[in-house]
Amino acid sequence: MTRAHGFAHRLAPWLLPAILLGAWFFAAKSGWISPQVFPAPWEIGDAAIRLGDSGELLEHLRISTARAGLGFVIGGGIGFLLGLLNGLSPLAERLLDGSVQMIRNIPHLALIPLVVLWFGIGEEAKVFLVTLGVFFPLYINTFHGVRTVDRHLLEMGRMYGLGDFDLFREVIFPGALPSILVGVRYAFGLMWLTLIVAETIASTSGIGYLAMSAREFMQTDVVLLAILLYSLLGKLADSLARWLERRLLNWHPAYR
Amino acid sequence: MPSKIIDFKPRQEPHFPRPGLHLEIRGISQSYGALKVLQELDLDIQAGEFVAIVGRSGCGKSTLLRLIAGLEPADAGEVRHDGASRRKLDGQIRFMFQDSRLLPWRKVIANVGVGLKGNWREPARLALAQVGLEDREKEWPSVLSGGQKQRVALARALVSQPKLLLLDEPLGALDALTRIEMQNLIESLWLEQGFTALLVTHDVSEAVALADRIILLEQGAVGLDLKVPLPRSRERGTAEFAELERAVLGRVLERNPPGDSLAAKRRADTVANS
Repeated sequence: MTRAHGFAHRLAPWLLPAILLGAWFFAAKSGWISPQVFPAPWEIGDAAIRLGDSGELLEHLRISTARAGLGFVIGGGIGFLLGLLNGLSPLAERLLDGSVQMIRNIPHLALIPLVVLWFGIGEEAKVFLVTLGVFFPLYINTFHGVRTVDRHLLEMGRMYGLGDFDLFREVIFPGALPSILVGVRYAFGLMWLTLIVAETIASTSGIGYLAMSAREFMQTDVVLLAILLYSLLGKLADSLARWLERRLLNWHPAYR
Repeated sequence: MPSKIIDFKPRQEPHFPRPGLHLEIRGISQSYGALKVLQELDLDIQAGEFVAIVGRSGCGKSTLLRLIAGLEPADAGEVRHDGASRRKLDGQIRFMFQDSRLLPWRKVIANVGVGLKGNWREPARLALAQVGLEDREKEWPSVLSGGQKQRVALARALVSQPKLLLLDEPLGALDALTRIEMQNLIESLWLEQGFTALLVTHDVSEAVALADRIILLEQGAVGLDLKVPLPRSRERGTAEFAELERAVLGRVLERNPPGDSLAAKRRADTVANS
């Protein structure tokens, strides 16, 4: 009874995707939708196998993941550190926050023409855009997290003899962590979004390029494969963020 | 009943090397803008004494505690610890807040050991055992009840063997039964360890149950300084207990107590700023 219930509980998130896939399958099988507009699931499977066998798919995936990861580490790192600095030091906030907010209001994808002028369509262009995309969510959420750490706990820490570093390690960082992880989750989303747009517009490799070049040859199946890969990669990143939350916030009743 | 008044010599416990701290407050004044919270307050608290500070909301009792703890600097006056003037926080003084202020991301045992250096685990375990929570050391604070959280906070305050324990209405948010349990626990640990205790409370019954001396703060000055002559541990139901409680409460509410049996017990009966 309980085991069956647990099984159903685990299966529940897969129900809707399974129904959609089933509907798609039958719609394609019965010829309701044209293969030119919307290829059947098995055709996309064929495309995946075809590209997988040639090693092309894996190579594009590898390149995209490397770009995303590098941009995330650079942009997220800078955002995190600057968020800490401005959160901890009112002077730094006065000096820097206004400028950061001004830059934040420029849609970073609007910089693509400029970035292409600067870097051409090389690796730097994509990494730069991803860096810019993930910087702001981490900056804002780290800053907010540090600023909203419970004053009472800070006072307690000081009274119980914690020095600056210990106060940071014991009170400020763990107190800001829930907010920082919200930033990480947002940043993961923006990371893929930025990369895919950048690769679609200015690239000669990566998943975005794969979709764009397939369009030129009317390979709808490959375009759809690329789109499916986006959602899969996005879901993976989101799962990673949730795993981080469960692991790092295991003290929090809401994450247990 | 002057013969019943307890003598306040510092208890000399052979197993306890750090008895309480002698606290002298000289001419402390504090105002926030135009509001004068404390006015040239003088107070002498003997080593090992248990003093309760009562008073209405806004009488300055919490401010006084924060000044003694060095949480904020006073406008004027001086706080002396064992004769030495001090401005900074140190390990001799511990503070218990109305909310437990446990770090939610640290296990119970780590909360008790917060700020301790070196081998902190053993002393923290001992302190937890003293408050009867040795079997909860691996729990997160969020699963504890309000009373248990305050017990952990008490263990955290006492683990470093402070000479002065400041209590800012630490039991105010607890239910009546848990509160009495906590009062007994605080009293027994105080008797055992000999620290000086300064308790701010709005609960007169709590003050009568725990304190050697009850000080009433009125408009930033001492309105009443009353010794509690009841022997420990105190029975709440007795006539003397009830009489004292009624008298102090009446004084807090600015009513004259019926009869003058209490006049003898009052030391400083001056009404400030009247």
